Amino acid sequence: MYHIISIRDFEREDLDYLLDRAEVFETGRYPPGLLKDRLVALLFFEPSTRTRMSFAAALARLGGQSINVDSVEASSIVKGETLADTIRVVSGYVDAIVLRHPKEGAARLAAEFSSVPVINAGDGAGQHPSQTLLDLYTIRKSMPLDGIDAGLLGDLRYGRTAHSLALALSLYGVTLHTIAPTGLEMPVNIAVELRERGVEVVEHASVEEAIRELDVLYVTRIQRERFPDTASYYNVASSYRITTQLLEGVRDHLMILHPLPRAGEIDPAVDRTPYARYFEQARNGVPVRMALLHEVMR
Amino acid sequence: MSRKDTAHGLLVSPIRNGTVIDHITAGEALNVLRILGITGSTNECLSIATNVESRRLGKKDIVKIENRELRKEEVDLIALLAPQARINIIREYGVVEKKGVEIPHVIKGVVRCPNPGCITNTNEPVESTFEVLDKGLHCLYCDWLIKDDIANHII
Repeated sequence: MYHIISIRDFEREDLDYLLDRAEVFETGRYPPGLLKDRLVALLFFEPSTRTRMSFAAALARLGGQSINVDSVEASSIVKGETLADTIRVVSGYVDAIVLRHPKEGAARLAAEFSSVPVINAGDGAGQHPSQTLLDLYTIRKSMPLDGIDAGLLGDLRYGRTAHSLALALSLYGVTLHTIAPTGLEMPVNIAVELRERGVEVVEHASVEEAIRELDVLYVTRIQRERFPDTASYYNVASSYRITTQLLEGVRDHLMILHPLPRAGEIDPAVDRTPYARYFEQARNGVPVRMALLHEVMR
Repeated sequence: MSRKDTAHGLLVSPIRNGTVIDHITAGEALNVLRILGITGSTNECLSIATNVESRRLGKKDIVKIENRELRKEEVDLIALLAPQARINIIREYGVVEKKGVEIPHVIKGVVRCPNPGCITNTNEPVESTFEVLDKGLHCLYCDWLIKDDIANHII
């Protein structure tokens, strides 16, 4: 049985294989009804729009069906049921489980108790491997992943998407440029792990300093809930903003990515530039998740 | 008898059956007991000597546990805190087995993950599980890394 839990579990060949499969699904070169009669539980114990809808869309496009838990309030968790019990029960109903949960390590636990494959759709501040795969897929559609200069901007301390993407890119010999407000820098253990993997990590004081060296700029949102008050949040959140002026003189092929939702860190005027690729990135969630769902249930 | 010999005689009297853990890093004896699950409410008959002079370590701790022979898994956990510890199994006042400690690859249920968001810190039916790396203990659930002060995280 094949679980998708953490980007740490993947070798480069695994990533390349899944990205190739996503390409097949995006171009429509696959037989219809590949997952006909397959049923998947979408267990989302935390709010999500894009991830849940793109998994549902991916499954529907493959001919499968899904059942849902819409909220923690509507589940037996309010009665004190453990996640382990929920997983043991639900895995008896379906052919695979897609899990979003607020606790880190929840997907790993679910995989231990499940009798069907589990796909991690985000566990707290931990892992979000399907997001990382669609980030890689979006980059690879425009340029080879090997040896690029990739910038990570924003909340690099708590941002799980930035951690996972950095670890995945480490398999492609990239140079990573990190740009974070004070206090939200990349955790030391991740930075050490990246260097152990042979990645050159360059820290920058500002996005202005780095942007002209980059092939990819991955922007993340500052999470308001991490701050004790609104004033300190705005103080940090306003420390960077991507504008059309900032983009003068950048590399022609620069792509700006963002896992969305955004909260003011990218000026809407940037949407009309060729650098803005975040909506395409979100759209790529469907073929990538088709590849994952097919892989675990084929 | 020298002063040192007197102290030695008082602190390290022989036991008939059980385990002597010698060459524990000075100051770690009580943490070794915690790792072994020995508390004030368990029944073992114990002798503990701390900061005993040692030619090899300068100072060391010694723990003697009567009528209990430690298992290999228990012994290896001691290596997390006292990598130079030596285990002597005693039967009828004689040493029947001497062994060192080896750092295990994975430890379960011994150390609490410091990450409050980790699933192992909830009421789920799983034990904390850490991979032992050169740079620290790596939580196999949430990826947290404990770099030092392991004793403070013992359950």
